[in-house]
Amino acid sequence: MGRFLIPWVASFQEFLLLAGRAFGNLFRRPRYGDDVAVQMDVIGIGSLPIVIPTGALSGAIIALQMARALSTYGANSEVGPIVAITLVRELGPVLTAVIVAGRNASGIASELGSMKVTEQIDAMRALGTDPLQKLVTPRLIATAVMLPCLTVVADLAGWIAAYLIATPLTHVVSSSVYWSTSWRALQLNDLAQGLGKPLLFGIIISLCGCFYGMRTTGGTQGVGRSTTSAVVAACIWVFLSSFLIDKMFY
Amino acid sequence: MPDSAAPIVELKHVSLRYNGTWALRDVNLALAPGESRVIFGAAGSGKTTLLKAVVGLVSVDDGQIELFGQDVTSMKERQLFDLRARTGFLFQEGALFDSLTVRENVEYPLLNQQSSNGAGLRGDAECRVREALRFVELEETLDKLPSELSGGMRRRVGIARAIVAEPPLVLYDSPTAGLDPITANTIMALILKERDARNTASLVVSHRYQDGEILTDFRYDLQRGQLTRLSDREERQQRHTRVQFIVMRKGEIVFLGTLEELEASDDEYVRRFIRREENHAQ
Repeated sequence: MGRFLIPWVASFQEFLLLAGRAFGNLFRRPRYGDDVAVQMDVIGIGSLPIVIPTGALSGAIIALQMARALSTYGANSEVGPIVAITLVRELGPVLTAVIVAGRNASGIASELGSMKVTEQIDAMRALGTDPLQKLVTPRLIATAVMLPCLTVVADLAGWIAAYLIATPLTHVVSSSVYWSTSWRALQLNDLAQGLGKPLLFGIIISLCGCFYGMRTTGGTQGVGRSTTSAVVAACIWVFLSSFLIDKMFY
Repeated sequence: MPDSAAPIVELKHVSLRYNGTWALRDVNLALAPGESRVIFGAAGSGKTTLLKAVVGLVSVDDGQIELFGQDVTSMKERQLFDLRARTGFLFQEGALFDSLTVRENVEYPLLNQQSSNGAGLRGDAECRVREALRFVELEETLDKLPSELSGGMRRRVGIARAIVAEPPLVLYDSPTAGLDPITANTIMALILKERDARNTASLVVSHRYQDGEILTDFRYDLQRGQLTRLSDREERQQRHTRVQFIVMRKGEIVFLGTLEELEASDDEYVRRFIRREENHAQ
């Protein structure tokens, strides 16, 4: 038991150390603003083509399923509130995070992993640069800022797609009822969760990508292993932390 | 001892173990300004680890490493940055940043130093980048990416990046490994040129006996711009004491001496690094 537990605890300790240093660097000079901007573009703008259709399709699917189920109880007007609450509180943040984990945690891990195995990280240290400050902190800031923005975009796409399904396509509910009921259904608590969760998920995703990338060993095979581990770990931590937050606010 | 002769690198009883295996074992070494040490050894004998330990890229278990008179082993990572900025390091494959152009790669140490000093002399950096690339005869590659260069050219850009800040110490990790003999000799000529033009101290890890011979028997003629074989006996003697050879085995230094002493060694392991070249020559 200890044979498996000790390496896991040691890895988690290393992860916490990396996280601590990355956060500590937020308040240290030099600051790499250009790198933050580049990463925001890669992570934020680059993810839009996949986040918008995913958000839209999620909203459309919820609307279709709910329209059928709710019509049995004559509660058609509840489609809007259910779509809004489900998207804002849970599906929007989690689905967007899973997509960004698949796209960006893997990208970060493979980029940093390749740099590690080709000694570029050592070269950076030898040239007097802190790789955590130059590589990890900009990715942490960029993902933490961009994931909430992407989630809002995904939520809006889902909300509009659900409207198109519920009103012009299936005529389950009128346009005015859909918008008014769904908007009124949202509480401050829902909005706080809808924005707080992606902020936390952004931190988790970037740190998982950076952690596995920075500890890559074993050449190109090692880069592949790090990439897979980063995505798996990021997804597990996203679902686990989402569950814990839901339980806290239940 | 006058200050000019004080070692800029000094290792005292340095040891390091990886998973129970000695990477460095009781290593003692001193390097004064203008001196060179050529390090031979089988794969995994600790040559690269030794170079990395000098600038604190790996932490050692025991012993003391002094770089420019400061104890590297007791310093934190951030405190090491200033010392590293005064040391050039050529990595095995060049380790150029593949997302940056040649210009940006060579400029990196200068901009890095400027940003830590709070200064901003971009024009001056541009001049020095061009000068460093002219030194390695690759000025025309300024806007190319490393992926567009051959292995030898990448190594030469790596040298330009290592020397652009004019450090008093340069560490070369297998600068000629995997290169054809002509390119390898070009790289060695650049190393020699850097040493003789700026009186730079250097640690050179190599697998080629010939690399050591070049460093010992030749000098760079600044006026004629080419390598010249040392002819004067006194000059040869003086040069031979400034270039010394180290042979490493399983983390230990098993030989330290001049070229003549290396050639006269009757140790079977040490002779492997001479015989290999004899075989190649045949």
